[in-house]
Amino acid sequence: MGSMEIEKIDEKTFVLQMGPHHPATHGVLKLLCEFEGERVVKITPDVGYLHRGVEKLGEHKTYISAMTLTDRLDYISSMTNNIAYCLAVERLLHIEPPPRAKFIRTIVSELTRLSSHLLWLATHALDIGAMTVFLYAFREREQILQFFEKICGARLTVSYPRIGGVRLDVKDRVLEEIYNFMDVMLKRVDEYEGLLTENRIWISRTKGVGVISAEEALELGLTGPALRGSGVNYDIRKHMPYDAYDEVSFEIPLGTQGDTYDRYLCRIREMRQSSLIVKQCIERMPKGDILHPDAPDLDMPHQGKRKIEAGDSLWSGFIGFSNKKEDIMPKGEIYSAIEAPKGELGIYLISDGSGRPYRMRVRAPSFVHISAIPKMCKGHLLADVIAIIGTLDIVMGEADR
Amino acid sequence: MMDFLFIFIKTAVVLSIVLFHVAYTTYAERKIIGRAQARMGPMEVGPHGLLQPIADFIKIFFKEDIVPANAERFIFKIAPIIVLVFTLVNLSVIPFDRNFMLADLNIGLLFILAMASLSVYGIILAGWSSNSKYSFLGGIRSASQVLSYEIALGLALAGVVLQAGSLNLRDIVLSQHETVFGVYAIPQIIGFVVFVIAAFAETNRAPFDLPEAETELVAGYLTEYSAFRYALFFLGEYVAMYVMAFLCAICFLGGWTIPKFITEILPFLEKVPGIIWFAIKVYVFIFLYIWVRATLPRYRFDQLLLIGWKVLIPLGILNLLIIAFIKRLSL
Repeated sequence: MGSMEIEKIDEKTFVLQMGPHHPATHGVLKLLCEFEGERVVKITPDVGYLHRGVEKLGEHKTYISAMTLTDRLDYISSMTNNIAYCLAVERLLHIEPPPRAKFIRTIVSELTRLSSHLLWLATHALDIGAMTVFLYAFREREQILQFFEKICGARLTVSYPRIGGVRLDVKDRVLEEIYNFMDVMLKRVDEYEGLLTENRIWISRTKGVGVISAEEALELGLTGPALRGSGVNYDIRKHMPYDAYDEVSFEIPLGTQGDTYDRYLCRIREMRQSSLIVKQCIERMPKGDILHPDAPDLDMPHQGKRKIEAGDSLWSGFIGFSNKKEDIMPKGEIYSAIEAPKGELGIYLISDGSGRPYRMRVRAPSFVHISAIPKMCKGHLLADVIAIIGTLDIVMGEADR
Repeated sequence: MMDFLFIFIKTAVVLSIVLFHVAYTTYAERKIIGRAQARMGPMEVGPHGLLQPIADFIKIFFKEDIVPANAERFIFKIAPIIVLVFTLVNLSVIPFDRNFMLADLNIGLLFILAMASLSVYGIILAGWSSNSKYSFLGGIRSASQVLSYEIALGLALAGVVLQAGSLNLRDIVLSQHETVFGVYAIPQIIGFVVFVIAAFAETNRAPFDLPEAETELVAGYLTEYSAFRYALFFLGEYVAMYVMAFLCAICFLGGWTIPKFITEILPFLEKVPGIIWFAIKVYVFIFLYIWVRATLPRYRFDQLLLIGWKVLIPLGILNLLIIAFIKRLSL
C-alpha cells in the first residue's frame, strides 16, 4: 500500500490517482487509473485504507463481545452484519432462536436492506448528477433509522441481535408504525422511479455501462444484486433460508443485460419486495420468547457449562475468558452466510472450545466486488468509472475490515 | 464631460443591479432547490436566510487565497478575471428597456457571441495553469463543450437575425413587436428549443455541467481555486446565466414588449413599464435553469458532444431554412 506504481503503457496515456479522498469513491477506495484522453486503459484498485483488524480483534474478544465488531464492517447495514455473525455462532452451538425472534430479525434485516439500498440509490444518483433523489432517499432512510432507534436505542451501530435471539422485544405500537410506513415506502419507491427509471439521461448514462455477463460475474464471485443483475438466480434468503425467510413469500428480481441499469432496476424492485416482506412478517408475528433459553449470557458463552462459581457475573466472566483452556464451546469450524444488502456476507469461525473464536474470517461482498472494477471499467470513460463504483455498492468498512 | 459622467453612472447602475441579482440568484437557487428536495434551504442568517448571500460574500472574501506551488502563477491569477470581465462586458449591449442600454451597438448580437467565446479562454487557462489533472480535464471538457455548442447557439440566433434583418438587439425587439405573434419563439419554435439547450451547455449548467462535474473531476477547472478567485468564477457563471436569459428574452420572447394581441384585449397592460416585462421573462428563464438543475442527472461527455453535433446543429440549420423560406414568401 502506498508504494504501488502503475506502469505506463505508452506516452499517449496519463495516470490519474482517484482517491483515497475523492467525492465519488465512497469512502477511502483508491483507484490508480490510466487514461487515454478520457478513456480507461487500465485500472488498479488499491484497498486497505480503512483496515482496523476486525478479524484479528475478534480473536481477542468473547463470542458475544465480538459481535459489536461486526457492526463496524458495513456500517450502513449493521443489523445484517450482526445477524450473520449470530447465525454463525448459533449454528456452531446448535441452537435456534424462538419464532418471534426470527420474525423480528427478518423485519430488521429487511429494514436494513431498505436503508442500505436507499443510501446506494442516493449516492449512485448523486454521482450521476441527480441531486434530488439523494435528499428524497435520505428522508426515508431517516425514518428507518428512527425505527431502529425505537427498537433498540441505536441508529447505526445497533448490536441488536443476540446469539440465540434478539436483545429486546419490539412493542406492538412500533410494529404498527413500521407497518404503516411500509405503505408509504412503496409510494416513495414509485417517486424515485418517476425521477429516474424513464429519464432519458439516466438511461443513457446507465444502459450498457459496466456490462458483466453471468459467467464472468460468477467467476469473479459477485453476489447480491450485482450478480442478480446479470440474471443469475442466487439469493441465500431463498436457497438456504435462515430466520423467517422460509415463511414469507417474496420474489427475487433478476436482470437480463448485466449492466448498470439492470442492477439499478434489481435493487429498486428488491426495495419493493423488502417492504412486502416486512409487512408479511408483521402480519404473522407470533407471540412468545425472544431469546433461546440456552443462549449464552453476556458474560458466558454457553449456559450449562458454567464451571466457575464466583460472586457476581462480571467476575465469573473475567475468570471464564481469561483462561483460554476452558472448554465451554463445541469444537469445530463453520461457514455461515446470509444475504446482506450488498451480497453474500459470510462468517467463518473456528472454535477451539474456549470462550473466544480461534479464528474469525469475514467474507465481505464489497471486497469481492472491488475486484470486478478493472474488468467492468475497461474501455469506458471517466464518467462511467463513477457510475460503476456506484452500481457495485461498495462500502470500504467492509472491504478493508 | 457630462456625457462621460452620465455613461459612468449608467454603467454603475446596470452593474450594481445585475450583481445584486446574481447574489440573490444564489439564494433563490438554494431556496428553490431546497423546496424541490423537501427541505428548507438557508434559514439561519437573517429572516428566512435572506442575508445568506452577504454572509457568503464576507466569508469567501476573507479566506486565504491559495496558489498551488506548481501552478503557472500569473495565468492562474488572471484567469478568473478574464472570465468575469468577458461576461460582464456583455451587459453593455443589452437593451433593458426601449431607451435604456449602455451602448446601442449595431452588431450587438455578434458582440455577445464573440465575448461568450472569449470567456471560455479564461476557463481553459484556469484548467491548464492549475497544473492539476482534474483541472486540466475540466478545462479541456469546457473548451470542447463551449466550442460545439457555440455553433448551435449561433445557428439558432441566425434565424432571429434573418427574420429581424438586423444584428442590433433593439431592432430585433422592435421588429419582433411588429410580427403577428409578437414573439419569435412561436414561428421559430425549433430555434427556440435549440437556443435554450445550447444556453444551458454554454453556461456549464446542469445537465451539461461536465467541466465542473463534482463527482468525477472533484470540481473541474475550479479544483485548485480558493477564496475570492473561486468566487469570481461563480460570479462569472451567474452573470453568464443572466446574459443568456437576457438574450433569450430579447431574441425570442419580445424583450421589454408584450405581444400586440394581448394589449388589444387588455389595454391597461400597456401602462406597465417595459422593464418589468423584461424582468419577468428573465426570471422565468433563470427559474428554468434552477428547476432543471434540481431534476435532471448529468450527461456523459461523449453524449453531450453527440447531442451538440448530431441533434442541435442539424435542427439549427433546419430552423434557419424554415425561416429563410418564410421570409422569402412574405416578401
